[in-house]
Amino acid sequence: MSAVLAHGLRKTYGDKAALDGIDLDVGHGTVCGLLGPNGAGKTTAVRILTTLLRPSGGRAEVAGFDVATQPRLVRRNIGLVGQHTAVDELLTGRQNLELFGRLYHLGGAAARVRADELLERFGLEHKGAAKEYSGGMRRRLDLAAGLILAPPVLFLDEPTTGLDPRSRAEIWRVVRDLVSDGTTVLLTTQYLEEADQLADRISVIDAGRVVAEGTPDELKAKLGGDRLDVVIHDPGRVGEAAGIVERVASGPAEVDHDTRHVSAPVSERVRALTEVLAALSAAGIEAEDVALRRPTLDEVFLDLTGGGAK
Amino acid sequence: MSTISTKERRLWWALADGWTVARRDLIHWANQPMTVVFGVLFPVMITLAFGYLFGGAVKVPEGADYFAFLMPGMYGMTMLFGLSATMVAVATDASKGVTDRFRSMPMAPSGVLIGRAIADLLHSVLVLAGLLVCGLAVGWRPATLPGALGAVGLLLLLRFSLLWAGMYLGLLTRDPGAVVAIQTLEFPIGFLSNAFVAPDTMPGWLGTISEWNPLSATVAAARELFGNPGWGGVSWVAQHSVLMAVLWPLAITVVFFVLSVRLYQRLDR
Repeated sequence: MSAVLAHGLRKTYGDKAALDGIDLDVGHGTVCGLLGPNGAGKTTAVRILTTLLRPSGGRAEVAGFDVATQPRLVRRNIGLVGQHTAVDELLTGRQNLELFGRLYHLGGAAARVRADELLERFGLEHKGAAKEYSGGMRRRLDLAAGLILAPPVLFLDEPTTGLDPRSRAEIWRVVRDLVSDGTTVLLTTQYLEEADQLADRISVIDAGRVVAEGTPDELKAKLGGDRLDVVIHDPGRVGEAAGIVERVASGPAEVDHDTRHVSAPVSERVRALTEVLAALSAAGIEAEDVALRRPTLDEVFLDLTGGGAK
Repeated sequence: MSTISTKERRLWWALADGWTVARRDLIHWANQPMTVVFGVLFPVMITLAFGYLFGGAVKVPEGADYFAFLMPGMYGMTMLFGLSATMVAVATDASKGVTDRFRSMPMAPSGVLIGRAIADLLHSVLVLAGLLVCGLAVGWRPATLPGALGAVGLLLLLRFSLLWAGMYLGLLTRDPGAVVAIQTLEFPIGFLSNAFVAPDTMPGWLGTISEWNPLSATVAAARELFGNPGWGGVSWVAQHSVLMAVLWPLAITVVFFVLSVRLYQRLDR
């Protein structure tokens, strides 16, 4: 049985489809990344799966319960960390966690104990009100509030947007710890690096549809394997070099005249490398650097979404 | 052995969760006592300004002291101002995702609105108590204790009805900044009433609107029950102010309670 399951999930506003039939299948204890540009439908999907929004069509199950017909049972099994830091800024961290603990019906004493545990675990033993917290601390408090019941399924909607690299790394560490304890995580992100770092499987969403699905490696492989990068010494001969590279490459070359950089997908790694080097030296073009590499998720993403993200 | 029905359990949790949500406001007060102090002092300051600045210029029915006429008007006005306070609180939670967090939790959905109602009503009791003390200090006197309790009850009933209007507006706008528009409306609604002057001193049509203003009904009823000088209007609505001071808030409550609950359940925009 899957932790999160969606079939043909749709959400329409008038004749505009925010979600145009998406399928998801997230296994227990794994991380699923929903990757897509702003307005792709990631948040709409999370809002439906966390019972905040009723779908216009299709069906979804979370922790084995139907989101439309068993919302109370779904809510018992999920934690939601939304895009905004949804804590009471006038309360201290402890007061926030106690409040949410009571609303989870833990009772006063148990809510206090759980608040203490979470404060210690997330390094939040700050005495002041949450509005005095740094952005990273507030985000950790937000995350802690979503973990009060230790939910089997956790939804993170752009958990690190707007955070500095150190705070981002801290959130990543927390997510990895949770997953190693068996929590299922569904996270949305615009950051390809984040999906690459955390997700076992990624669904790339664009305009309300899943345009690609797979492990990070599978998605990278979809772009036609390896890429050949060449840096040319003489700025005047970059265009000429691009022509040479394209004769060997399996697709069009990308050229950056400022950095004198030519990059193109190649199907046969070593043959392409030797042929390009031979052709360049025959033409008398000096290469400063030559490298074979796997494509980044950025390139996969731009390819799949038609360049909509930049 | 008795078993508790699901319905009773739900009601119990709705009230328990409502109290937990209301407690959150009480903790705000404890964390930031100055906010509460200023909340109490603001209407006191307005009252003193009105009473001493305009008191000499306004002719009061029965030749009474202006404060005797003004105080019930200020009590009513303070209840009206609660509208924007409720709206800001609700809109802030909605805009920051706190409302979404509540809705994604297995708590009673009605607990959020019940909690808001409890907290804001308690706040209004505090503010009204401060203003009553101020009234006593400047020479205003209620005639009888039962009458005074009845008047306070009607004032809080008006506040209770405006709670739901505030919740509706907060959920509708989801933007605490939109409160400026509501505050801009509160003043004309407040002045277009019998709170400060008698409607029969206004141009005819304006006087009629003013007489039918729900605030006028509550203020006129409060004056009657407090035993303070009224303005003695002859129209039906002026003659039945206590009845109208019950009917108006009940009507407002019913309409906005239904609208707020519906909007809360369908925050799925």
